[in-house]
Amino acid sequence: MKIELQGISKRFGLVLANQEIDLAIQPGEVLGLLGENGAGKSTLMNILSGLYQPDTGEILIDGKPVQFAGPGDSIASGIGMVHQHFMLVPVFSVVENVILGVEPTGKGDFLDLDTAREQVQQINARYGMDVPSDTLIEDLPVGIQQRVEILKVLFRSADVLILDEPTAVLTPQEVESFFAIVRALRDAGKAIVFITHKLHEIMEIADRVSVLRQGRIVGHGTPSEFSEGDLAEMMVGRPVSFSVGRTAATPGQTVLELDGVTMIEGGQDVRLSDISLNVRAGEIVGIAGVQGNGQTELVEAITGLTGLNGGSVRFLNNEITSSSVRARHAMGIAHIPEDRQRSGMVASFSVAENMVLNSYYDDPVARGVQIDWQQVHDQAAEACLKYDVRTPSVFLGAGSLSGGNQQKMVVARELERDVRLVVASQPTRGVDVGSIEYIHSQLVACRDRGNAVLIVSSELDEILDLSDRIYVMYGGRVIAEFDNHRAEDGSGGADRNQIGLAMAGIGTDDSPSDATLMGASA
Amino acid sequence: MSQTEHKSDTTRDAVRALMAPPIDRDGAWRELFMVPLAAVMLALLFGALIMMATSVSPATILQSFIAMARGSVGSLHAISETLTATIPLVLAGLGIGLAFRAGLFNIGAEGQMVVGGLAAAVASFSLTGLPSIIHLPLVLMVGLAVGALYAAIAGFLRATTGAHEVISTIMLNLISFRLLDYFLRQPFIQKEGRSDPISKAVLESAELPRLLSFFDGNLRLHAGLFIMLAAVLLVYWLLYRSKLGFAFRISGENPQAARYAGIRSGLTIILAMAIAGALAGLAGATQITGVLGRASPGFSAGIGFDAIAVALLGRSHPVGILLAGLLFGALEAGGRQMQVDAGVSIDLISIIQALIIIFVAAPLLVKRILPPLFRTKSVNEDAS
Amino acid sequence: MSSSRPTPPSSSAITPVRSIDWRASITGGLLIFLALVVALFLDTSWDAVSTFRISRPRDVWAVGNLTVPSQWFNTIAAIALAFLGTRLFLRGGGRWTALAMGTGLVILAMAFLVWATADKAISLTGMLHATLVRAVPIALAALAGILCERVAVINIGIEGMLLAGAFAGAMFGSLMGGWAGIICAMLTGGMFGLLLAILVISYRVDQIIAGVVINLFVLGLTSYVSSQLFTEYRWLNNASPFRAFKIPVLSDIPLIGPVLFNQNLFVYGALMLVCLSTYYLFYTRMGLRARAVGEHPRAADTLGIDVIKTRYAHVIVAGMIAGFGGAWFTLGSVGRFDDNMTFGRGFIGLAAMIFGRWHPLGALAAALIFGFADSLQQKLSILNTPIPSEFLSMAPYIATIVVVAGLVGQARPPAAIGKPYVKE
Repeated sequence: MKIELQGISKRFGLVLANQEIDLAIQPGEVLGLLGENGAGKSTLMNILSGLYQPDTGEILIDGKPVQFAGPGDSIASGIGMVHQHFMLVPVFSVVENVILGVEPTGKGDFLDLDTAREQVQQINARYGMDVPSDTLIEDLPVGIQQRVEILKVLFRSADVLILDEPTAVLTPQEVESFFAIVRALRDAGKAIVFITHKLHEIMEIADRVSVLRQGRIVGHGTPSEFSEGDLAEMMVGRPVSFSVGRTAATPGQTVLELDGVTMIEGGQDVRLSDISLNVRAGEIVGIAGVQGNGQTELVEAITGLTGLNGGSVRFLNNEITSSSVRARHAMGIAHIPEDRQRSGMVASFSVAENMVLNSYYDDPVARGVQIDWQQVHDQAAEACLKYDVRTPSVFLGAGSLSGGNQQKMVVARELERDVRLVVASQPTRGVDVGSIEYIHSQLVACRDRGNAVLIVSSELDEILDLSDRIYVMYGGRVIAEFDNHRAEDGSGGADRNQIGLAMAGIGTDDSPSDATLMGASA
Repeated sequence: MSQTEHKSDTTRDAVRALMAPPIDRDGAWRELFMVPLAAVMLALLFGALIMMATSVSPATILQSFIAMARGSVGSLHAISETLTATIPLVLAGLGIGLAFRAGLFNIGAEGQMVVGGLAAAVASFSLTGLPSIIHLPLVLMVGLAVGALYAAIAGFLRATTGAHEVISTIMLNLISFRLLDYFLRQPFIQKEGRSDPISKAVLESAELPRLLSFFDGNLRLHAGLFIMLAAVLLVYWLLYRSKLGFAFRISGENPQAARYAGIRSGLTIILAMAIAGALAGLAGATQITGVLGRASPGFSAGIGFDAIAVALLGRSHPVGILLAGLLFGALEAGGRQMQVDAGVSIDLISIIQALIIIFVAAPLLVKRILPPLFRTKSVNEDAS
Repeated sequence: MSSSRPTPPSSSAITPVRSIDWRASITGGLLIFLALVVALFLDTSWDAVSTFRISRPRDVWAVGNLTVPSQWFNTIAAIALAFLGTRLFLRGGGRWTALAMGTGLVILAMAFLVWATADKAISLTGMLHATLVRAVPIALAALAGILCERVAVINIGIEGMLLAGAFAGAMFGSLMGGWAGIICAMLTGGMFGLLLAILVISYRVDQIIAGVVINLFVLGLTSYVSSQLFTEYRWLNNASPFRAFKIPVLSDIPLIGPVLFNQNLFVYGALMLVCLSTYYLFYTRMGLRARAVGEHPRAADTLGIDVIKTRYAHVIVAGMIAGFGGAWFTLGSVGRFDDNMTFGRGFIGLAAMIFGRWHPLGALAAALIFGFADSLQQKLSILNTPIPSEFLSMAPYIATIVVVAGLVGQARPPAAIGKPYVKE
């Protein structure tokens, strides 16, 4: 089955998300679709999966124009989509998720789960996916959840698979086995669209590549025609340097020290187990790991958002284990939260109000029980200029800023005051390349001023680029530590492959008792 | 670095530009006033339709609306009645609005009024021999404190166990009615020689002075008017000038952000509920000491529920609540006149009030029914 | 994997810093308090006996009376309550909180009944019969709540839908007879379901505000119409209620027979609806889809399930069920409508829904507990207890608060609850 897109355009309000896009997808090949956040990749694929309707343009299947009124039509035409954020019901079992929408039924609308289970097992076996059929989704690791998504698509006998940023949540090793499945699917004659912003993945898996920038196709061909640099330039629209301008660290005194930190939720669910680590002045320490392995809880333990069930946190040689969020804030701990929309800002508040979100109660903006709004506005305007937050006015609702500017607003709020430790969680998630570069440079500058910086990110590349030292978290533990000291030319540093193994909870050597496993010394 | 020490002119200009007040690009102001206005008009229209459906003749319907106008603003007496009805509506509405801003839906204003009013009544006749200047404030404070405590129960349960305040305040309302019935039969409260549940009368030293009695002894407007105005100012200051109010608003808009900012959510919830209950309790106390003179079953008369509509119509803004309260006070006073003149049940007013909330809460619905009011230039519509 | 991996921290290393399980502490504390109440206030003399009649003299198979030594029973009840409370207080809640609380409430109710009937006699059959009858509107309200919340719509407006059903049942029942009354009650309930659906699904009004408004609107509308019409035309508010009908043979079984098989249409209807909706939600294709819409609407949408239509359908059907439940107040008992006659049953139904963990059978069990509390108050006034009737009538409301406070967060509601579905 061959699919062509001709002259597809889609507008949201004033934003042209897709502009005159032409694309052809052939059976038995992997088409890489490359573009940075907000380039219009997801919009395009949502059009193809029937979730959105294009304003202009046509979709052709085997040369015949088709129209999708909804996802049902697209599915019926043999197009299946694996979304970046999994479309799985966490409290349903694998089988229930797979059959949802195309359920085999018996008399009286009765769900025939036995038949379903059998069919799922057949597909499972054919592509070697090895997914249990009766486990609840919420009890499965993300790597397996992704296979459930693929099972879902195959269960609907799709010929075209759209994979939207499928590797974002996988360890490097999981990526390898995932690629194996993709190749098996391709060899079985399926057409595959592989959406990503990671260049090396395109180089490895794609048979052809199309680059999307600001809603337009700006280049296509086979990956071998291009270097990674060419692709990056096409994607961003200007030459990009991959390495952050970062000199060797000169670590000073220990700023943050965790000793045996343990967090147990609801008296039974162990979230953090016996974590010991330290961050020194003048260094950036990265926390690597697949999402959901305790990173969020670790940050909450350091910033005081959640109490501990054991262990201690020390900051500049002061015990702060039971200090409040505000006390820690006042001592000089800055916190860039992992999800700015959810907890880092109030969308309906003005930029100025957001700038004092966690300091309104203190000098210099508080006057007794009142807030000095004049002072707030002055400060906010200056911080906006200094940190390149692009807004027409500090009175504008923060929700109407772009993702990059929102994040810069949060960074400005946290770095503008006198800090000694910056805890930055997913500091560049969902922002444009320009803002990423800016935020990275600010974090490095902060280090160079002699502060301690702790970065938590699920993007391994970000961790490797920025960190002087790396801890890997798995299952609520710190299971490995790596030195990431690089030479001038960017060579050396920690081994990506070893970090990947640690992220999967496997020792850096064949035997799990390797000395670099942190836990072994405990 | 040098820039921070010596600011260049361009920087100063840039700062000034950022501090310029925002331009109203999508007619938000227009919407702010048009939606409530259209909502009131539509609700009155639907009220007329409902009257027609219950076989009220067109002549009577017309008569009803005239009576409503006459009874609300047609005379000094009417205005006095309107303002008298406005006082408890605004006080309780301020509480509900404040709780709304803090992300809490206090449906319990009615019950808080009941317990606050009852407590004020007890204080007003059991404390004897006090001069008015001490007795009256004391009585009002008792009503306020008891209302606050009663609301704080729901706040405490929400903060500690997560029990939704909507269900617990509704249950507390129902409980308060039974408590009222029970206490009104107790010998130290029940009026001597009466077998029906009714309290002793408020002592003169605890009565809120009537403002217009020099003019006409029948004008009921009382000094609670000033308490109401003071409460409007106080709540405005609290919400928009104070640290506590900012914490309330952060918690209301985004509880996760509040947690991140180190705001103790439990305390904030309890405080917000307590302040809301204090205002409702005060409403009950002014009603007892200013209007009714004694507590009796059902003395709260659904004011606490109407106040929900007042808070919603006023968009939880103190000034908006004042205006909405005036409107509802007028509807109340006018409705009574309507019942007398046209023989149409005053329950129609509660239907109109409910319709007003529906339309205010669903601006899109109003726009669909009355598109001409909201038609702006097409460019603007695109932008929003 | 191997011995070199770190061992879990020993229990001595775990010192809880500031994680108090308030919910368990409060419910635990409450149960202990209730144990004290039972021990101190519900005491009788040691040779007092409570008699529960089971059969009536003319029954086919007569069974003897059940007699309980009052003081012994209540001492054991107090100990059991104290045990449950202490356990909850010390060990924390976990999965058994609902069960512990349910058991606690049942024990309390039984102790109360035994105390009130000390040296007296009461018909147990009559008591249970009344329990089931009183549980009907609560169970139906809970069922309506479940159908809505399973597709992620919060329905605070159930109280109003009950009231509308009661009103329509009385009026149309008077005009056209009982069956027409029920159908009109269901249609009226469904209409308000439709209104709620339009407001919250299409116009994305805050779900709680929309529900509250529906309550206020229905309260105003029914009061208005009844004062405009019913005072003048009395016959409009005088329907003949549905009588109980015996199911042959089954109704002759002692205890169970009269309780389960000698009831009116509403009781049979409610039991059937509970079974039907259990089957629907958990064993059918449409039920699976509905639950998916409540848990992850976007996922459902990507699979071609129409989220909006599904929600509309469920909220409307829920309204119809609430309308049926509302008709119970008029057509199921006296046939006459009074202002605000539902007295918070809709909200108690929501509590029963939470108590029953969004499962129809669980909700029915919870509704029975509330129904028992409700009928207790009615029966106890006959027994002449020294407790003021106002306090007895508070019991269901307090129980509701206790249930909601003790269980919210323990049971997990559908994930998407309260959020409107926006496609783009």
